[in-house]
Amino acid sequence: MTSAALRSRAWKLLEMVTTPLLPSDYLDLVSPLRAGADLRGRIEAVHPETDDAATVVIRPGRGWRGHTAGQYMRIGVDVDGVRLWRAYSITSPTNRQDGRVTITVKAIPDGKVSNHLVRRVKSGTLIQLDQATGDFVLPQARPAKVLHLTAGSGITPVMGMLRDIEFDDVVMVHCAPRPQDVIFRDELHDLVADRKLRLIEVHTDTDGMLDIARLDELVPDWAERETWACGPAGLLDAAEEHWSGHGVQERLHTERFRPGVAVAGDGCGGGEVTFRATGKTVDADGATPLLDVGEEAGVLMPSGCRMGICFGCVTPLKAGAVRDLRTGEITEAEPGVLIQTCVSAAAGPCVIER
Amino acid sequence: MTAIDPTAHLTAEQIEELGRELDAIRDEVIASRGEKDAAYIRKVISAQRKLELVSRGVLLFSLFPPAWVLGTAGLSVAKIMDNMEIGHNVLHGQWDWMRDPKIHSTTWEWDHVSPADQWKHSHNELHHTYTNVLGKDNDLGYGIMRVDEDQEWHPLHLGQPLWNFVNACFFEYGIAAYDLELGENLHKRRRKNPEFRARARAVGRKIRNQVLKDYVIHPLLSGPSFLTTLAATFTANLVRNIWSHSVIMCGHFPEGVQVFERRSIKDETRGQWYLRQMMGSANISGSRAMHFMTGNLSHQIEHHLFPDLPSNRYAEVAVKVRALFEKYELEYVTGPLPRQVFSAWRKVFRLSLPNRKPGIKTPDRERELVAA
Ligand code: FES
Repeated sequence: MTSAALRSRAWKLLEMVTTPLLPSDYLDLVSPLRAGADLRGRIEAVHPETDDAATVVIRPGRGWRGHTAGQYMRIGVDVDGVRLWRAYSITSPTNRQDGRVTITVKAIPDGKVSNHLVRRVKSGTLIQLDQATGDFVLPQARPAKVLHLTAGSGITPVMGMLRDIEFDDVVMVHCAPRPQDVIFRDELHDLVADRKLRLIEVHTDTDGMLDIARLDELVPDWAERETWACGPAGLLDAAEEHWSGHGVQERLHTERFRPGVAVAGDGCGGGEVTFRATGKTVDADGATPLLDVGEEAGVLMPSGCRMGICFGCVTPLKAGAVRDLRTGEITEAEPGVLIQTCVSAAAGPCVIER
Repeated sequence: MTAIDPTAHLTAEQIEELGRELDAIRDEVIASRGEKDAAYIRKVISAQRKLELVSRGVLLFSLFPPAWVLGTAGLSVAKIMDNMEIGHNVLHGQWDWMRDPKIHSTTWEWDHVSPADQWKHSHNELHHTYTNVLGKDNDLGYGIMRVDEDQEWHPLHLGQPLWNFVNACFFEYGIAAYDLELGENLHKRRRKNPEFRARARAVGRKIRNQVLKDYVIHPLLSGPSFLTTLAATFTANLVRNIWSHSVIMCGHFPEGVQVFERRSIKDETRGQWYLRQMMGSANISGSRAMHFMTGNLSHQIEHHLFPDLPSNRYAEVAVKVRALFEKYELEYVTGPLPRQVFSAWRKVFRLSLPNRKPGIKTPDRERELVAA
């Protein structure tokens, strides 16, 4: 018998020993970061960068496959007991000796996860991870001339690139409200002192928003540069328009942090509900349970008590937002979010897995 | 529908007001659910797993009597924790709000021969929605017993103390058969129904795995302690079954608990639904350890009002619920475990015989069925 077959036999036997649990349920008690476990990481340190941004150092589990500069990863953090998933750009270089990865997080107002990570999380905390992903990365062949156009925390994926590879000619235009809000400012200035980077800081509190037309004056050869842009939607929209206006759109690479997030309405409006598996789309008001909406539309909806107690009707919320009819609480779609359709109504357009 | 309706003094407005007050209690807990609660259930789960692991380890040496006693006791407690404070409550969705896929009602499986999804249907859905409604809630006597004067007597009921005892010893199998609606399905020749067959196969698989683990694999691993380990696991299962059966009997059987007619739940309002849960359940009083070992089903009344609130919060909820019982002059049925168990058993014995009091007649079932 091959060793693989032997191992799988042994594993089967182990499963019989631990049934109805799995051997991994027990192994997780002692070694949550081992090879073969669900991918997790341990937060080892949190270093403040600015007043509202911090770098989180994570030791990933053995299953971590590494990343490419510019990529992001999703992390699942328990905030007030609830597991919430967010994506953050990786800011550490790919060849970091100790195998740790870092993300740099800016606390956004009312941001549950970002504030938790910047201000409250303790080192030693276990978090859930997904493998690195994203195609906001450098090409195989290193470009001769590079431009980074960033604003706010949009600097994070670009920092991952700057730390990873040395370019011959690289310019960065970065916008932040005030000098002290520039994340990684000291490190950037070091790079400038070493003549490895030309940096143009735009301080929007005093200079106003960056007018994309000013690029001609700030970086006269921008059109010849391979450009990576990351920041708020307004900046990226303007950049895309500018680049395609000059017929050089293939040189522009953009990264949007929150692609097309459906905004929850005022909570009463309802919206269009799409049942993904059946492909049906219907209008729903903000007061009718999605269970009724689905049944009305002829979608086979699992249900039980129809009053929120049996959990026989839970189904994944794939996109959009719903409102709990009992508490008024709004739930937005995220991977892994399940809703009880019998007590949830549409709060804006949404997609559920039925 | 027992002779005197103990809620007759309440007006319709009062009942709705009661409902609103209960909703407020619920909202308060939901708003304050958080890190501490999550830490609680994680701690309980990890303690249960460690206890089971250690007990099974000790049983490898169960040839030595002290090891047998220690291992058997530990395994019994571990199985009780798995079924009661963890399994029952997780499967109610009490911890779904954590969004942890490992502690979620849709993914949990327990040390029990009834597969989690089948149990969720018969328990969460049928029993919790139709609590104590004759003919709708099969938990009332599990279809094998007469538990209310208004149920028709049949000579077969003479044997019910015996059934009840046998059911207590093999409770998990009783539950599995009950979740399958075995009696009905065999009886009505629905045996060929593919859906029933699929569910029966799932139960068969679960039984096979459970039996293999408890009575073959672990004893084999114990080598020379084969027989003693086998006896230990059998004992632990027996203890777990009798314990959970006792706790569950205390929830709805003791004297003072009300039973309802089908037609009484027609167009039931939220307030009325709450009231039915209040009158249809009974608590067990005792120490924190007692509440823990019953999976907080000692707070049966609170659990029936709010089946999806985290179990560790029932104790604080109970104080407020009890105050409402007083305010609305309702009887809060509670008592220590031995007394409640005795009360339930006495009822089982008493109702194995036909009604003695001439005042209470069996209602006309035919007419009632038409009305429902
Ligand atoms: S149908 Fe029972 S919780 Fe939704």
